Amino acid sequence: MDNSKMNIMEYLPNMEILDSSIMNEVMSAYDEYDYNSYTASDVIKALSHERISIADYAALLSPAAAPFLEQMAKRAKVETNEHFGNTVGVYTPLYIANFCENHCVYCGFNCKNKIHRTALTLAEVDNELKTIASDGYKEILILTGESRARSSLEYVGESLRIARKYFSTVGIEIYPVNSDEYEYFHDCGADYVSVYQETYNKTTYSEQHLSGSKRVFPYRFDSQERALKGGMRGVCFGALLGLDDFRKDAFAVGMQATLIQRKYPHAEISFSTPRMRPCVGYEDNNAKDVHETQLLQVMLAYRILMPFAGINISTRENAKFRAGVVGLCATKISAGSQVGVGGHDGDSKSENQFELADESTLEEVDAMLRKKGMQPIFTDSSYL
Amino acid sequence: MNNDKLIIGGHEFDSRFILGSGKFSLELMNAVVEHAKVEMITVALRRTNIGGENNILDYIPEGITLIPNTSGARDHKEAVRIARLAREMGCGDFIKLEVIADSKYLLPNNSETVKATEILANEGFIVMPYMYPDLYTARDLVSAGASAVMPLGAPIGTNKGLLTRDFISMIIDEIDLPIIVDAGIGKPSQACEAMEMGASAVMANTAIATSNDVNMMASAFAKAIQSGREAYLAGPGRVLNKQAEASSPLTGFLED
Repeated sequence: MDNSKMNIMEYLPNMEILDSSIMNEVMSAYDEYDYNSYTASDVIKALSHERISIADYAALLSPAAAPFLEQMAKRAKVETNEHFGNTVGVYTPLYIANFCENHCVYCGFNCKNKIHRTALTLAEVDNELKTIASDGYKEILILTGESRARSSLEYVGESLRIARKYFSTVGIEIYPVNSDEYEYFHDCGADYVSVYQETYNKTTYSEQHLSGSKRVFPYRFDSQERALKGGMRGVCFGALLGLDDFRKDAFAVGMQATLIQRKYPHAEISFSTPRMRPCVGYEDNNAKDVHETQLLQVMLAYRILMPFAGINISTRENAKFRAGVVGLCATKISAGSQVGVGGHDGDSKSENQFELADESTLEEVDAMLRKKGMQPIFTDSSYL
Repeated sequence: MNNDKLIIGGHEFDSRFILGSGKFSLELMNAVVEHAKVEMITVALRRTNIGGENNILDYIPEGITLIPNTSGARDHKEAVRIARLAREMGCGDFIKLEVIADSKYLLPNNSETVKATEILANEGFIVMPYMYPDLYTARDLVSAGASAVMPLGAPIGTNKGLLTRDFISMIIDEIDLPIIVDAGIGKPSQACEAMEMGASAVMANTAIATSNDVNMMASAFAKAIQSGREAYLAGPGRVLNKQAEASSPLTGFLED
């Protein structure tokens, strides 16, 4: 599909358009957010408030909050303890296909990269999932590249039905769909949906998503809302930190999640915090200015803004960082990750989407958590 | 402060104190209203006696917004009937909705209140429902078309104050309508606390009616409510955190 000349705000045919004000509210706050306008006293005040306002959150993400990282960590730890105790959810991802119709400049799976493209057969999906389940996992995240044509709704749906056989919790991280299609995925067994806006800067979004349906900014933006209308139990938000100004992007993520939670109070909210990692075709990327310190600041700000929300920590980060953030702010950790297609049965069928920084097995993650006095949790929801 | 208006159903008010009228002598009304500086008074429709003796409506001063209440309604049908009667009598579109089917504790029935709110809002009433502070009900009241939400601080008439503090706080945080703390407020300090929390207004009756000096207590409430409002707008100062420092820092694992 060549929609490279199209304005990113224009919908493609068959894309559902929601009557929702959330995107406009988030984008106008995003446009106005000037993180340099906050001072140390704004940060101190924010940390003293029992309930955190969006203005407080804005201060916590600002450079003025950098000297207060330890205080933010203390507050975050108290909040995390209050809401999650010492528990940490454990899950693993499975890529079932890497066909992609989008040209996203930063991604190893983008459609212009000459990599081996494949999709597991349903028999292979079954075999992978059975292998993963036999390791003890009860929560699985099913991923595809974003190609509705090559990884059809029915293909994903059937894979979810297989996943339901082996897992109590099934999430999807695939191309965004309409609400009735999310309803279909939910009927097939999925309860959780992750869609990342990547960046809220429309200019950067346009430059980084050159073609494909992902180029349509508002359709991606409203994915969580459509997923909830489709009956999903929880939705996950995130920006690819470092793709653009991470403070502004993290601000928009938190605001979007807040407004969604307010409009759909039953929704389980979670955050993922990917930052730029080296991958095929993008070797020069140096994670821009998102070092561990900045990443932690964002994670702590998410936690303080929404003490009840889940925060995932993926294997994009190294083992030491992962061990540092679980229980402090992160509440869910992946283990034994493979980021090529398949691979859990010892036979990876493609290149990786990005490079892993932590190849810890489930046993190693389990041991790390227990050493920290944390309780690994394998199942935390029932499909109803 | 001049721009700080309380807006209910499109009507603007400067005072954030709403006075109930059912518990003190009618001839005191004028002086109490003056001391309380109120602009809204609730009146039980069942107390009105147009053309008859001791008709409470005859004692409401000029310029005061009359808010008839549905006191006595035991279910949503009775409440709707009382509201319609009030409107026919010329009491306007405001209605303080109370549905109580428990004569011992006088607690409001939330589900019946939601039903009545929906019917009355559809008929163009400015509905101000009295409720037990339950967040789900508050959301249902918003969907039903309420113009304010009036959670109770404590059982009506008890003067026990903000027993439901944390639950009212949640409603203030989550609901975009004016939240008016109604019932149970016994002292000016409690009214002040409700306002500091971010309540839009406070309603009281018993606390004033049962004091030894009705006028002085009315004045004390007016000041406390104004004071709490200003404190809320100003934003409280920081409470110094005296907890001990952790021996090893929580962020020591960072590597850049």
